[in-house]
Amino acid sequence: MSTVPIFADEEWRQPSRGMVAMLSLLIGESAIFTIFVVAYIYYIGRSVSGPTPAILHVPIFNTICLLSSSFTIILAERAIEHGRMRQFAALWGLTMLLGIEFLIGTGMEWHDLIYDKGLTVSTNLFGTTFYSLVGLHATHVIIGLIMLAIVMVFTLMGRVKQSHAERVKVLALYWHFVDAVWVVVFTVVYIVGK
Amino acid sequence: MADQTLPIPSSTQIPRAGTAAFMEWLHGWVVTVDHKKLGILYVVYSLFFLVVAGTEALCIRIQLIIPNNHFVTPEVYNELFTMHGTTMVFLVGMPILFGFATYLAPLMVGARDMAFPRLNALSFWLTAFGGILLYFSFIGGFGLYGMGSAPDVGWFAYAPLTAKAFTPGHNTDYWALSLIVMGFGTLGAAINIIATTLSMRCKGMTLFRMPLFVWLMLVTSILTLVTITPLTAAQVMLLIDRYLGGHFFDATAGGAPIIWIHFFWIFGHPEVYVLVLPVFGIASEIIPVFSRKAIFGYSAMVAATVAIMFISLSVWAHHMFTVGMTSVSNAFFALATMVIAVPTGIKIFNWLATMWGGRICFDTPMLFAVAFVFQFVIAGLTGIMLAVAPWDWQLHNSYFVIAHFHYVLVGAIVFNIFAAIYYWHPKVTGRMLDETLGKWHFWLFLIGFHITFDPMHVVGILGMPRSIYTYEANRGWNSLNMVISIGAFIQGIAVLIFVWNLIRSHKHGKIASNDPWDAWTLEWATPSPPPAYNFAVDPVVRSRRPLWDIKHPNDPDWKYEQ
Amino acid sequence: MTILFGKIRIMPRRPGLLSIRLWTLLATGFFLAVSPAWAVRPDQIPNMFVPASTPAHEVYYLALFALTITGAIFVVVESLLIYAVVKYRARKNDPEHEPAQVYGSAQVELAWTVIPVIIVIVLFLTTARIIFAIQDAPEPHAALNVTVVGHQFWWEFRYPKLGIVTANELHIPISSQQHPEPTYLKLLSADVDHSFWVPQLGGKTDLIPNHPNEMWMDPETAGLYYGQCAQFCGVEHAKMLLRVYVDTPRQFAAWVRNQEQPAVDDPSVAAGRHIFETEACANCHTITGTTAHGTYGPDLTHLMSRATIAAGAAANTPENLRVWIKNPDVFKPGAHMPAMQLSDEQINQVVAYLTTLH
Repeated sequence: MSTVPIFADEEWRQPSRGMVAMLSLLIGESAIFTIFVVAYIYYIGRSVSGPTPAILHVPIFNTICLLSSSFTIILAERAIEHGRMRQFAALWGLTMLLGIEFLIGTGMEWHDLIYDKGLTVSTNLFGTTFYSLVGLHATHVIIGLIMLAIVMVFTLMGRVKQSHAERVKVLALYWHFVDAVWVVVFTVVYIVGK
Repeated sequence: MADQTLPIPSSTQIPRAGTAAFMEWLHGWVVTVDHKKLGILYVVYSLFFLVVAGTEALCIRIQLIIPNNHFVTPEVYNELFTMHGTTMVFLVGMPILFGFATYLAPLMVGARDMAFPRLNALSFWLTAFGGILLYFSFIGGFGLYGMGSAPDVGWFAYAPLTAKAFTPGHNTDYWALSLIVMGFGTLGAAINIIATTLSMRCKGMTLFRMPLFVWLMLVTSILTLVTITPLTAAQVMLLIDRYLGGHFFDATAGGAPIIWIHFFWIFGHPEVYVLVLPVFGIASEIIPVFSRKAIFGYSAMVAATVAIMFISLSVWAHHMFTVGMTSVSNAFFALATMVIAVPTGIKIFNWLATMWGGRICFDTPMLFAVAFVFQFVIAGLTGIMLAVAPWDWQLHNSYFVIAHFHYVLVGAIVFNIFAAIYYWHPKVTGRMLDETLGKWHFWLFLIGFHITFDPMHVVGILGMPRSIYTYEANRGWNSLNMVISIGAFIQGIAVLIFVWNLIRSHKHGKIASNDPWDAWTLEWATPSPPPAYNFAVDPVVRSRRPLWDIKHPNDPDWKYEQ
Repeated sequence: MTILFGKIRIMPRRPGLLSIRLWTLLATGFFLAVSPAWAVRPDQIPNMFVPASTPAHEVYYLALFALTITGAIFVVVESLLIYAVVKYRARKNDPEHEPAQVYGSAQVELAWTVIPVIIVIVLFLTTARIIFAIQDAPEPHAALNVTVVGHQFWWEFRYPKLGIVTANELHIPISSQQHPEPTYLKLLSADVDHSFWVPQLGGKTDLIPNHPNEMWMDPETAGLYYGQCAQFCGVEHAKMLLRVYVDTPRQFAAWVRNQEQPAVDDPSVAAGRHIFETEACANCHTITGTTAHGTYGPDLTHLMSRATIAAGAAANTPENLRVWIKNPDVFKPGAHMPAMQLSDEQINQVVAYLTTLH
């Protein structure tokens, strides 16, 4: 088969398979989120009874934390690209902390909604669509945090090297996606929906 | 040439001696991450369920052979047609086509394996487990009298029929859960195919030198990403309604069952393109080889495929012309549906032009491929009829629609699946399938197919709706139904002949060379069957038909391709 | 041509669709053998190509137009295919070299892109016109309004302006050009999705909970038209049949007068009436003038004005009524009518009562 050498000098470049795979996954995930967002928007104002979005407190602090974590993870990506592993570990850990804070904040918000405001997934259309959409996002944050934690553990064990920068970037792309989705969810639920 | 490889024993031969050797052989299949073995697993799994779902169809046709028949109860009939549809789409169509891609794509792009071999294995086992979960419903669901109950809500499972209030047993849950599981498997396979195609091509194989089958699988996989996921989302919503007291489709709480219909068809329409695009790819491989000509209009084929992918995302509501959308919406979806006929027609004309001026050899693969073209033209034309929205107000949910989509699913897709198996069986197993049995299979299946599905259009025009376990004797549908049922049995016999051909050829098929069909793509450069590593030396290509270049060194393709 | 044109002028209800008539003239001769195009018989075959109402007629002509176009495409493309397969087949004494390799042709490819686009435009414009003509037809003042409520597995018909409630068998008046009285249906559902389909009177429209729909029909010939539910709605979807009686003005007036009466109160069947009112029957059924006000099942006030029971699953005879009350599974297993657990004596009395409800 090697009887037709014409590319002897030319480089044969193809996109990184990890990036392609992650992008493909994110396209699929976007479709799932789109359906839940469409359902949310369709049902705005259609609850027959029960609490309305007026009871929601806009989660400014949570949002700042989550969006900042995108920034810290970019810095972490730069760090590992340049082989600064200590800096990478610190920034990666900071990213995780910000993500965990987001989850805690969401949990507290839900606690308040369920016990003080009486809003559950079965209360009315608002409850169903709110918990489904925000919950779907929170699930993705949890999955992301698990992946980040695995990398954190390996980093602390000294097993993560500069050569793993590409893989880390693939994972960071997922984390950016989670943040981007939050921008959409936040806008739809706390700004448009209210 | 790839002939200078080490004589590694074929992984598909069953070793003869002892239980231990058998267990080792079985273990090899269970833990494999080799794309070839996984591809075979997908295909064998699908063929098994083809027979199962085909049997379900035969039961349906026995029930409908005369009016007011009592072969099965209404409950069982409703399970039969639900399971027939669900099985054929998710346990036969999707896995077999992704199975072909799993086997062939790495070989066709000159790669050693897929981009993510372990993800490949995970995807297959998720699909398999999902299928088993679905069929477990026959014994596991809590239906009438506490017995098992398979899903009986139609393969499209419209809300609110699927709400706990109207379907209290567990059958709907089996439907939703098994499809969610299979959906993850499909998603994994799609991601793998995209990554393999974009990142693992051998040197010189630009995107526009890939075989058309690979192109079609790439586009199919991208489409799958945004096709299967809306279904997963809708099914999660359904489960939230059923188990967490959600109200997504609960009319009493202000919910709108109509959004289930929208979400389902946002999945459902692109899904049929996910099913048909791969077989366009199969035809685009087989027709050139057996016409002894390059495919006509390669670039147009690629462009048309991408166009179909995009347009197919915008036509879903042509399944919903009767739900009461505005006239403007109906007009939009009618237009979009008609527009998709243009790139589809381009493909048909390209196949025709490939045959034109060729030297056509009618081996079994080509018989099936030519029948495919003939039948797909008809299927496309009845699709145009259905796109005429006011006519669809009559035809929707009638047997005309069933005739149309079976013309696509059987007449186009199954025929091409058979073509593909006859074509690539020598490569996969090292043995040819028997030509005589193949011809019997083809002609019987063709005759049975037409006896069943041609009159089905008529009985739909005469007002017979779908999903009915029996029909009134005085509606003028009796003799047509009997003819349709007879054709089904003829198809059944043909499939049995095919199964016999597969079994027999396993031991007694003619030994195949590397390249029994004198073809031109990279998979034919490996031994039959290929060794585990596919290519001893990484191929380097310079045109769309690397083997043509080698066989015709004075007249290679790269001199002519733009 | 004028003679044929003359014939056609009786048919159209909406102005501006004559150009379609012209086209279909060409096609009609070809299809005459296949479908009885001009004769409209209230037949038992619900054949959409035997239309009896304007929407059905419009769809029929549009269908013929579409069939003409697709038929032409079929003939051209399949002929080329068959020709290619015969002419270019490999023969035994073929030379061994490969045929000329042709990779494409800009002109040919352009042609077979442009021509389909033109066909699509023509077909779409014709289609769009009919969509708007049928869907956006303004409701005339003289229209009869009927509210259809879909149930598992029967049809409820309410005539709000007339105060009538009935089930499964719809009576509507003829609508002629001189006295147009189309029927406008409002379609609702009490439980799951259904679809109202009587092919000779028009296309189907779905009944979807929380999504009221509308459709109209203006039948021109009296008679009985058949249809059935066309959206899978559960175990007895197959037996949710429709009978539409298109009445002459006199017949319709008589029917309305009868339906507006309260239930016949025959003292000789008081025992049966008493059982009906005190046993569980009254939980689901209404008989006006009695204490039975249930709405889960069909209104039985004028049960004997109907030819069938159980939405067409059985003929309306005393024997069938007896079986239906005793064991509905005989006719319709899975229907929501329970076996009433009455003694045979009680059933006889109830049936005797029901058969007085004209």
